[in-house]
Amino acid sequence: MGKIIKGGFLAIINVVFIWIALYLLSAQAYLVFALLLLGALLTNFIFILPKGYPYRYLLPAAFFMVLLVVYPIMYTVYISVTNYGTGNILNKEQVIAQFESKYVLEPSSEGYSFQAYRDSQDRLWMLFTDSEGRQMVGHDGELTPVQAGDPLLGQLDGFTELNRVDLVRATNELSAQSFAYDDLHELRMRNINAFSLYLQQYRYDVASDRLTDLQTGTVYEPIDGYFQAPDGTRLTPGFRAVIGFDNFRRLLGNPQITGPFVSVFIWTIQWALLSVATTFVVGLFLAILLNDPHMRLRKVYRSLLILPYAIPAFISALIWRGLFNTELGVINQILRATVGSSVPWLQDPFWAKVALIILNLWLGFPYMMIICLGALQSINAEMYEAALVDGATSWQQFRHITLPLLMVSVGPLLVSSFSFNFNNFSVIYLLTRGRPPIVGAQTPAGHTDILISYTYRLAFESGRGIDYGLASAVTLVIFLITGAITFFNFRFTGALEDVNKNV
Amino acid sequence: MIVFLVFALFPILWVISASFNPANTLVGQSLIPKNASLVNYKEVFTSEQYPIALWIKNSIVIGLITSALVVVMTSLAAYAFSRFRFKGRREGLFASLLVQVFPQMLAAVSIYLLILSIGKLVPSMGINTHAGLILVYLGGAMGVNAWLMKGYFDTIPNSLEESAMIDGASPFQAYYMIILPLARPILAVIFLLQFIGTYSEFIFASVLISSSEKYTLAVGLQLFIHDQYASRWGVFAAASVLGALPIVILFMFLQKYLVSGLTSGAVKG
Repeated sequence: MGKIIKGGFLAIINVVFIWIALYLLSAQAYLVFALLLLGALLTNFIFILPKGYPYRYLLPAAFFMVLLVVYPIMYTVYISVTNYGTGNILNKEQVIAQFESKYVLEPSSEGYSFQAYRDSQDRLWMLFTDSEGRQMVGHDGELTPVQAGDPLLGQLDGFTELNRVDLVRATNELSAQSFAYDDLHELRMRNINAFSLYLQQYRYDVASDRLTDLQTGTVYEPIDGYFQAPDGTRLTPGFRAVIGFDNFRRLLGNPQITGPFVSVFIWTIQWALLSVATTFVVGLFLAILLNDPHMRLRKVYRSLLILPYAIPAFISALIWRGLFNTELGVINQILRATVGSSVPWLQDPFWAKVALIILNLWLGFPYMMIICLGALQSINAEMYEAALVDGATSWQQFRHITLPLLMVSVGPLLVSSFSFNFNNFSVIYLLTRGRPPIVGAQTPAGHTDILISYTYRLAFESGRGIDYGLASAVTLVIFLITGAITFFNFRFTGALEDVNKNV
Repeated sequence: MIVFLVFALFPILWVISASFNPANTLVGQSLIPKNASLVNYKEVFTSEQYPIALWIKNSIVIGLITSALVVVMTSLAAYAFSRFRFKGRREGLFASLLVQVFPQMLAAVSIYLLILSIGKLVPSMGINTHAGLILVYLGGAMGVNAWLMKGYFDTIPNSLEESAMIDGASPFQAYYMIILPLARPILAVIFLLQFIGTYSEFIFASVLISSSEKYTLAVGLQLFIHDQYASRWGVFAAASVLGALPIVILFMFLQKYLVSGLTSGAVKG
């Protein structure tokens, strides 16, 4: 019974594998095909060999991890060395096909008057007549010259001829028609009265990898994702191509990109540091208050103070956007009533940053409070008694007992909180969207953009066109930084040693 | 203390108040609304142009499916890591730890393109489908969860399974009939943490989903209120209250477990 289930399961998986493989082959994605083949072989081994038994349990999790985490990371690395983006979206074959399907009106062509017919199956037949009365029948992309009395002409008489109104109605269908005239020319509709000869503009030669303009004779050479003439003119659109470290060079060498990038980078670090510092200080302060056994209603306070953390962050951020509203928001209403002036929260670079820190403090202090409370409760009370006997002030107690012991357990969490805020996209994006914009930046960068939101805007919402290549290059920078922080943190907490111990 | 209570609670009270204020605008709102009414809540459920109730439903459905699948997959993986000894076990554990270092959202561009090409093969899992979105969430959910779950499985003594296997149970039966029932608390915690995380996820939902009736609340609410605070504040507030309520209730319910999870390093998304 178990064997049958196993066999059936394996058969289904293999069918799926073959189906995907056929698709990949038809799309000529050979690298992915090779990877798939490897995966399929492994899967089969795991299910056939007894030794593979434990791996069966890992398969689903591993599959999704490889497909949606490992592969995308590798692909990001690849895109960062390409020019992928607006103007270079298609691959080379697609761009060549696009150029080769471009036709220009043959200047010497005089035009053909035409009649159109529909046969009983509603298919279109054309009869073309040139200025000297020579006739051709066109059907299904092919042209047949005809003399008077040709049986084909008799056949046409049996079909329904389209009148003027029908022709107008069928304009779209007619203009989609093209008939091969000779090796270089096609017959296409020029206007509602006539067809004309059109000349293919470009011809691609596979052997030499060159694109030739058939009219001017200019030869274009593929360089860095564009077909380029000897005089440097580029044809658009370009195609996707590997351009080496150009994106990184732009990031560091082009003042209009480097300037904003550096300022975004600095703010990202400031943001992450300030976020951790403010939430930690407030959280610790509240934890100490709540840890005092003389305090009444501790449980109630705790539950109330935790509330901001329980609300999904995207909702909180949008709510605060309303509170910070410069004209109507309640914060400015209160400021006007008490201090007499209001603050341009979301328009001014400085105040937008303050608003972000306030919001993140609200979102984050309960987390710090919870972990600090846990840590405080684990500190042995005898320590304080001993300190009291030695005559330590409460500040000294805090400074020399509480803080060092607290840091042992909370320290690593502060580091992970730093890297979390380093990439805290939703708070930034939902409150300020990175605005106000940096003036004179060539890329869409704002004063409150952090690296991750900057990447997002580069890739998905730039008015000047998307730039996947540059976005991926910035992503790699973030990868490196986050990776370094976490590695440091692992070393610090001994998580890596944990892995060793647990095995 | 009072200062921080006000700081923590004021925005919440302000929004609850706004949700009952029929004026539907930031202008001239007071803490105790005059003429309190449920008209904003009614709008949430009846609006044709902005089907907010539908978005909440989408978020809940996607969250439930994702969490269920994540629990199944991670518990299988954690069982293998906890009970079997095999080549690559150490590397596998290490990899799951390493993968969580790199936030999945950093690869958003690649994932978008990947889902785009999956969509060419299986249109029902492509861009602008819930299945495609769930696929992305499944990929990102493995790291921490597998660790937490393995840690819990390690605390369940081996002897129960051994005696079951002497009675002829296969390892899978041992997993299914002994480990899973005993591990119910951690399964529940992972399920709920995953649910909360998925419910609040914003980046992939906004990158991948483009048609209004398929939005999750996180995407829809953001587009609904975008710079329309003067004219949609009340309805937005009602939607926020309704949208936050399931999560807040879950959170309060689970506080005890969550606190222990938090101190071991999980960060809410």
